[in-house]
Amino acid sequence: MTEEKNTTNKEWPLWEVFIRSKAGLDHKHCGSVHASDAEMALESARDVYTRRSEGISIWVVPSNAITASKPEDKESLFEPADNKIYRHPTFYDIPKEVGKM
Amino acid sequence: MYGDTSIQKPIEIVEPTSKEMAKLEELFQQKIEDDIKIEPQEWMPEAYRKTLVRQMSQHAHSEVIGMQPEGNWITRAPSLRRKVILLAKVQDEGGHGLYIYSAAETLGTSRAEMIEQLQTGKAKYSSIFNYPALTWADMGTIGWLVDGAAITNQVALSRCSYGPYSRAMIRICKEESFHQRQGYELLLSLSRGTQEQKEMLQESVNRFWWPSLMMFGPNDSDSPHSAQSMKWKIKRKSNDQLRQEFVDATVPQADFLGITLPDPDLKWNEERGHYDYGDIDWEEFNNVVKGNGPCNKQRVANHVKAHEEGAWVREAAAAYAEKQQKKQVA
Repeated sequence: MTEEKNTTNKEWPLWEVFIRSKAGLDHKHCGSVHASDAEMALESARDVYTRRSEGISIWVVPSNAITASKPEDKESLFEPADNKIYRHPTFYDIPKEVGKM
Repeated sequence: MYGDTSIQKPIEIVEPTSKEMAKLEELFQQKIEDDIKIEPQEWMPEAYRKTLVRQMSQHAHSEVIGMQPEGNWITRAPSLRRKVILLAKVQDEGGHGLYIYSAAETLGTSRAEMIEQLQTGKAKYSSIFNYPALTWADMGTIGWLVDGAAITNQVALSRCSYGPYSRAMIRICKEESFHQRQGYELLLSLSRGTQEQKEMLQESVNRFWWPSLMMFGPNDSDSPHSAQSMKWKIKRKSNDQLRQEFVDATVPQADFLGITLPDPDLKWNEERGHYDYGDIDWEEFNNVVKGNGPCNKQRVANHVKAHEEGAWVREAAAAYAEKQQKKQVA
């Protein structure tokens, strides 16, 4: 492989794409694109992920800027919430006569 | 093959090397049994990851190479209406390739690696795209039969156990329906046209029928390592099951077009509640898979050419981005 080939094969950075499908809804992750800069990432995201009016707003974020929780930490992070049923409204008995609360 | 990798050497399934590993595999299989999707970064058996990378990259390559037979007809579309439809469809195929490449990259493979494997012939793509699109009727037949077969496969794949692949399939299936309908509508116009147009339609279907059936991959009896993919729920239905679904759905549509399908053994089987169909010429299939189809060399050569001719654009964009970044820092 020549030196020239090496530079052409250098991949553009990866960007994660988030799309707001309509006003009032959150941006939602939908995939990724490769692009040399943020502007190109936006344009590619528009072409790849919104060909059928799927969005009204796009975020692109460099993939390496995302810090994610580790799958192996799932238990320690999320299981404690499972037994805190008193955090949910259905935990409490309110007499019917009181009405909707 | 969309979703069929049984034409290649099987991926080796290694027995777990330690107790800990065995436990991990057991937990993994339990998740699969419970229909809990597997997400990136989670532990998975190496063979599961490899199988997915291979299947997804082949699938993405099929979408991208699939742009060629149709792209070739864009400038020759008979009306502006047909031209914009065809343009949109070919653009979709490119988009579908990108959804799947993006999903495959979550498994730790790189885009460049996948492209290289395609261009060096290490990775396959669906054999159907090695057949030429010779007439305008082929634009309809490809939509109706080829996309129809692809939808049958992809609907099943949208329930696959790997989250990113499943989500990409759901997206693709939504868009693919347009592909099939525009194709069928095109063929309907031909079926109501002149004698010459009717003949063009029949001739096109004659050429594409068998290769479309081959898209589902070898018969179940010759597809021994599909079983592992079924166990992992990468595959949800067998090749023959999917092929039967496709035949059953397609025969009445062919009747409506007033054409015949080129299979003397094709007939309704009351007892089975399905259509019976004739034997597939697997020799032809294997030959095309091996690289001896009518267009194999041309398809890959075109991809390499476009890739090489675009190299300066990629370099220029990268250089520009670097320059802008330096300016910002300064």
